[in-house]
Amino acid sequence: MNYLADVGALARKDLLLELRARDTLPAMLLFVVSTLVVFHFVLPAGSSDLAATGLLWVALLFTALLGLSRAFAAEREQGVIDGLVLAPSDRSAIWLGKALSVLAFLALAEVIALPAYALFFRRVDGSLIGGVVLADLGIAAVGTLLAAMAAASRARELLLPLLFLPLAIPIVIGGVGASVAGEPARYLGLLGLYDALFAIICWASFEYVVTE
Amino acid sequence: MIHARALEKRYGDKRILRGLDLDVGVHDFLLVTGPNGSGKTTLLRLCTGLAAPTRGQLEVGVERGRVGYLAHEPLVYRELTALENLDLYGRLYRVPERRERIGMLLERFGLWDVRHARAGSFSRGMLQRLALCRALLHEPELLILDEPYSGLDDEGVLLLDRELSERAAGSTFVVATHDPDRLASFASARLALA
Repeated sequence: MNYLADVGALARKDLLLELRARDTLPAMLLFVVSTLVVFHFVLPAGSSDLAATGLLWVALLFTALLGLSRAFAAEREQGVIDGLVLAPSDRSAIWLGKALSVLAFLALAEVIALPAYALFFRRVDGSLIGGVVLADLGIAAVGTLLAAMAAASRARELLLPLLFLPLAIPIVIGGVGASVAGEPARYLGLLGLYDALFAIICWASFEYVVTE
Repeated sequence: MIHARALEKRYGDKRILRGLDLDVGVHDFLLVTGPNGSGKTTLLRLCTGLAAPTRGQLEVGVERGRVGYLAHEPLVYRELTALENLDLYGRLYRVPERRERIGMLLERFGLWDVRHARAGSFSRGMLQRLALCRALLHEPELLILDEPYSGLDDEGVLLLDRELSERAAGSTFVVATHDPDRLASFASARLALA
């Protein structure tokens, strides 16, 4: 119970920080909507739904990257990560609390992005939404760990995309597959497996990322 | 409480500490002095566990949650209020009767009236007071303080003097300072880094 209380306190803190500073979510919303608008004009008239779906996933992935690049900004700029690491709570609680706040920001961005996609391109169906939800879990799990690694580096702006994009390839494969395949269950299964596997890896390895 | 043998710390090619032996007993008050770059902060970070030795042995005989650390940075969120910051740390450190303890510390360090103000609006001295509240919140057995008087005004200095004199007999201290004379009356041991 203490562990969950720590996670709750840390996630609540991140949401409060965002509510006060408003420097991540508005940027994500603006980015994803403007990207979809650009794609709307870039795609020639009569283009296939497959192309539109692919572009949606590109927009979602880079929106997530934008959010992840700010995930540990407050801890990095104000040195607070040392204070959190010294606390007696399990250090993985820092990862889980941060991953939950990243997940919340992603979900809020998609609440705007998916209707915009439906408006510009095509109808959003259940398998697409299922794919997005499962992809968000994987993005939050892996992205939070990598954002913590990048935050400790001087070349953080460069490092995060270099680390994140290769690891996000299975997410894109699963997400696009679930969105366009006639039988999406196989791709949703892939996303679920990815989420479970990487959540365990990230949970277990976070301590080594934030300590020497 | 703290035992170090042949302790060495490097960052890349730069050797910060070399062959350091150190023994700090329970309720000792160790003053660490030395010029800039001599490794005072590095030694303190090693003692907290935030940094790992490159070579040698270091044993700190107290759990992580029983260490209070005052760093150069206040380690608080600028967008949260003083109360919210201490409440977060109080939860993470599982401080019993958290609200009463936070209220008492804020009163003691003269921050009660600004408890609902964001830490980002605080002066350097007020941030240092808040950082002291954070470091003392969980009644630590081992207090590791890096330039504790930094930024404090006369009133803040008196408050800290009072706090140290009350705690000197019951806690173990490792304090890095450029002003050892101010802490001379508390010190039971000194370490001069070159």
